[in-house]
Amino acid sequence: MATGIRDKVAIIGMGCSRFGERWEAGADDLMVEAFAEALADARVERDRIEAGWLGVFYQDQSTSRSGLPLSMALRLPNVPVTRVENLCATGTEALRGAAYAVASGAVDIAIAMGVEKLKDTGFGGLPERTKGTFEDQWQPGFTPPGAFAQLGAAYAARHGVAMDDLRRAMAHVSVKSHANAALNPKAHLRNTITTEQVLAAPMIAYPLGLLDCCGVSDGAACAIVTTPELARSLGHRDLVTIKALQLAPSNGVEMGHASWDGSHTLTTPIAAARAYREAGITDPRSELDLIEVHDCFSVTELVVMEDLGLSDPGRAPADILDGRYDRSGAIPCQTDGGLKCFGHPVGASGLRMVYEIYNQLLGRAGERQLASPSIGLTHNLGGIPNRNVASIAIVGLHGSR
Amino acid sequence: MTRGVAAWGVYVPRRRIPRHAIADALAWRQPPGTRKPAGERSYAAWDEDAITLAVEAARDALGTDGRSRVGSLTLASTTLPFADRSNAGLVAAALNLGARVSTEDTTGSQRAATTALISALERPGAGGHVVVASERRRTQPGSSEELAYGDGAAAVLVASEGVVAQYLGACSEAVDFVDHYRESQADYDYSLEERWVRVEGMQKLVLPAVRGLLERLSLEGGDVSHLVTALPAATSADLARRLGCPPAVVREPLVSRLGHAGSAQILLELAATLESAAEGELIVVVGFGQGVDVLALRATGAIANRRPSSLAPVLASGLSDPSYTRFLAHGGELNLAAGMRAERDARTAHSVHYRKHATLNGLVGGRCTRCGTVQFPKAPACVNPDCRAFGEQDDAPLADEPAQVKTYTEDWLAYTPSPPLVYGNVASASGANLFIEFTDVGPGELEVGMPLRFVFRVKDVDRVRGFHRYFWKATRVRS
Repeated sequence: MATGIRDKVAIIGMGCSRFGERWEAGADDLMVEAFAEALADARVERDRIEAGWLGVFYQDQSTSRSGLPLSMALRLPNVPVTRVENLCATGTEALRGAAYAVASGAVDIAIAMGVEKLKDTGFGGLPERTKGTFEDQWQPGFTPPGAFAQLGAAYAARHGVAMDDLRRAMAHVSVKSHANAALNPKAHLRNTITTEQVLAAPMIAYPLGLLDCCGVSDGAACAIVTTPELARSLGHRDLVTIKALQLAPSNGVEMGHASWDGSHTLTTPIAAARAYREAGITDPRSELDLIEVHDCFSVTELVVMEDLGLSDPGRAPADILDGRYDRSGAIPCQTDGGLKCFGHPVGASGLRMVYEIYNQLLGRAGERQLASPSIGLTHNLGGIPNRNVASIAIVGLHGSR
Repeated sequence: MTRGVAAWGVYVPRRRIPRHAIADALAWRQPPGTRKPAGERSYAAWDEDAITLAVEAARDALGTDGRSRVGSLTLASTTLPFADRSNAGLVAAALNLGARVSTEDTTGSQRAATTALISALERPGAGGHVVVASERRRTQPGSSEELAYGDGAAAVLVASEGVVAQYLGACSEAVDFVDHYRESQADYDYSLEERWVRVEGMQKLVLPAVRGLLERLSLEGGDVSHLVTALPAATSADLARRLGCPPAVVREPLVSRLGHAGSAQILLELAATLESAAEGELIVVVGFGQGVDVLALRATGAIANRRPSSLAPVLASGLSDPSYTRFLAHGGELNLAAGMRAERDARTAHSVHYRKHATLNGLVGGRCTRCGTVQFPKAPACVNPDCRAFGEQDDAPLADEPAQVKTYTEDWLAYTPSPPLVYGNVASASGANLFIEFTDVGPGELEVGMPLRFVFRVKDVDRVRGFHRYFWKATRVRS
C-alpha cells in the first residue's frame, strides 16, 4: 500500500518576488526575481535542474499556455517543463508535480514555479473570464467576493450568529493579517488597520466589505526540490522536507446536492484528513506550529479554521476574537500577511505560503519570526465554495517528528 | 361544442413610477402652472421583455396543471424582442408545453390581441389555445407616451371545456386610421393629436362596429353588462351612453394605475372584468387599432369557480419608486457607464444552447431513477454522493416548484444593469440545489430560508451579436 511522500522530498531553495502592483514587471521578470533567490538559496547550478512545473491560472492574462513561459524566462536547458492549473490551488499543484517527480526517482532536482501577472487588465479586481460555454448560460455572473460571501449568510444561519457579530470576527481576521504584513517587506499591503475601519469600508459583496477582500497582486514564488540524501550531499544541514501534499476537488455535491448547506467548504476537511494521515499528524491543534490558509476573503479563513479541525464547529468566531490565530496565539495563521496582505497572484500563492513556512522553520522570518517552529501547514481553496479544489501541504524540519 | 374563455392570467412588472416623479424631473422644460399628472405607470426591469412578461402571464393563466390542455399558443405584441426567431416558440418552451405545440407570433397593430383571440375562438377543435399579449414599450424621455404607457401582459386560455365565458360572436373592420405608428426598427411611437384620434377615430369607428355585432346577435345596448375597452375612460363612457348601456358597464380602467400596455391592455382589462363578472352577464370586448375588433362573451356558471384574483396582488405588490434615473436605466433610455467588467463577451454557443435547451429554457433538471435525487443541471452521473449512478436520470421540471434561500449575497462588484447582482444557492422543494441569480430583490431583502419562486428572465444581452440570452432566476414570493 502506498505510503505517500512524507520526508521523501526536501526543499533546498525557495524564492519569492515582491508582491504587489508590479507595473514595471512582466511575468518573466517576476519569475526571474523569484528564481534568483531560490537558486542562491539552493546552491546548485541552473543546469542541475532536470524538470520544471509551472503554475499559472490566468494564462491569457499572465503568460500564455504551456510550460514554455518558464522554460524561456529562465532559459532552462530544454528540460521538460509542464504547465499545471488548478484554480487557486495552482501553486501547490506545481509543487506537487515537482515533488512527485523527485519522490518517484525520475529526477534528482526539480523546480516548481508559480506566477501570476494580474495588473494588466485596466481595472481593479480579478480579470473577467468565461466560466464555460454551458456554465455561462445558467450560472450567476458571479465574482469571487460574491461567491465566497455566500459563506457568511449560510454560516450565520447555521450557527445562529448575528451578522454583526460574525462581521466583527471576520474583521479581526483582516486586522491580524495587516499587522503581520506590516513586518513583511515583500508584502503588497503593509499598512495596519482597525476593526472599525474594516466594518466601515465600502460593501463589495454582502457581508464582505473592501477590507474583507485580499489584494490583487502580481508576483511569483518557486521551490527547488530534491531528495534529502542529495540535499545533504549538496551541503544543506537544516533540511525542510515535505510531510504531505494532498488535493481534494469537488465532484459536484456543493453545486447540486441538498446535503451541503453552504456554510463551510466541503473539500477542505477531506484534503486535511488525508494530509494529516500522510504526515502522521493525529492532533493538528497541538502539533501544527503555524498555518497559512486560503484567506481570499476574511470569511473563508474563518470557516476554514473549522474545516481544518482547528476550531470546533461554530467556535471559529470566538477563537479568532480570542487571538488564537494571531502571531502571538496558539496557532499563528498568516504570519506573512496571507493572501489578504502579502497578496494573491493566483498561480504563485500556494508556493508563497510554503515559502513563509520554510523561512519560519529555518529561522529566516525576520521581525515576524516565531519561536522555533518545526512544522507548518498550507491550505488553498481554488474556485468558489460551490465548486473548488482544496489543496494542503504540510512541511517540517527533517527529523523533527 | 361550446368554445370560450376557460382561464385567464395577468402579469405586470413590479416596478412602478409615480407619473408626477417623471413630471418633477422634467419640470424645468414645462410652462409654469402645468398640471401634475396623477397615478403610476408600471415599467419592466432590465431583464424583462415581451417574452418574459408573456411567460409569467401564461403561467398565471395555466397554473401548474393546465399545460397538458394546450395545443397551440399565439403571442400578440408590437414589441417582440426578435424579428426573426419565434418569440412564441420561446414562450412555449419556457412553459414546457412540449415540441408538439403550434406557435405563432402576431404583431403590427394594437388590435393584435383581439384579432388573435377571435381567431382562437373561431378555430374549430377542442384543443386548448393560449392567446397571450405582452408589451414592453420603449418611450422617449420627455414624451407624452412616457407618462401614458406601461408594460405588462395578459393571457387567455381558449378551450371547449371548462368554459367560464362562452363565445357568442365577433366582427372585425380594417380601417387605415393612423392614430400613431412606429416605423420598423424605430425606437419610439409617433402619436397624432389625441382629440382627433378620440373624435374622428375611436368614436366614429367603434360605435357602428359594436352596434353591428349586437344587432347580428339580436342584442341591445341594454343587454350589455361589461363594455371592455382599452380606450380612454371618457371615450368608453361616451360609447356606453351612445349604445344605451347603463354607465356601470364601464369599469375604471387599469391604465391610470399601471399605464397603457399596448396590445396587451385589452386582455388585462378583460381579465379584470372576468374577475368580477357573474353568470349570465354579457361581456363586449373592443379592440382598436387601424380598425376595430368586437367580440361578445357570456359568463357561464363556471365563472363562480374562479380562483383568487390575480390582479389584486398585481395592484397591491407594486414597488413604487420615484427615481426617474432608475426608470430610464431599466428601460435602456439612459446610457450609464457600466465599467470595464461589462465588456465581457456574452457570446452564446448556440450548439450548446440547443443541446441543453430543456435545461435552459424550461429549467428542467434530472431525477435519478436509481436513488430519486433531483438535481440541477441534469448530468451524466447522479450527484448524490451515495449513488453516483451513470445515465439514470429522468427529466425533473423545476420551474414551478417552490424554493427557498440557502445562501445569498448582494454583489456590488459584478456587472449588472441593476446593481447589486444578487445570487446564491437555492433549495427547491424536491431537494435540488440551484446556484442561481435572484431578480426583483433589493439590498437587505433576503434572508436564509425565505420562500422563493422561479421566473424566466433575460440573463445576458449580447450587444455585439444582438442576442438576448434567457434563463430562470429566483424571486421572493409576495402575496
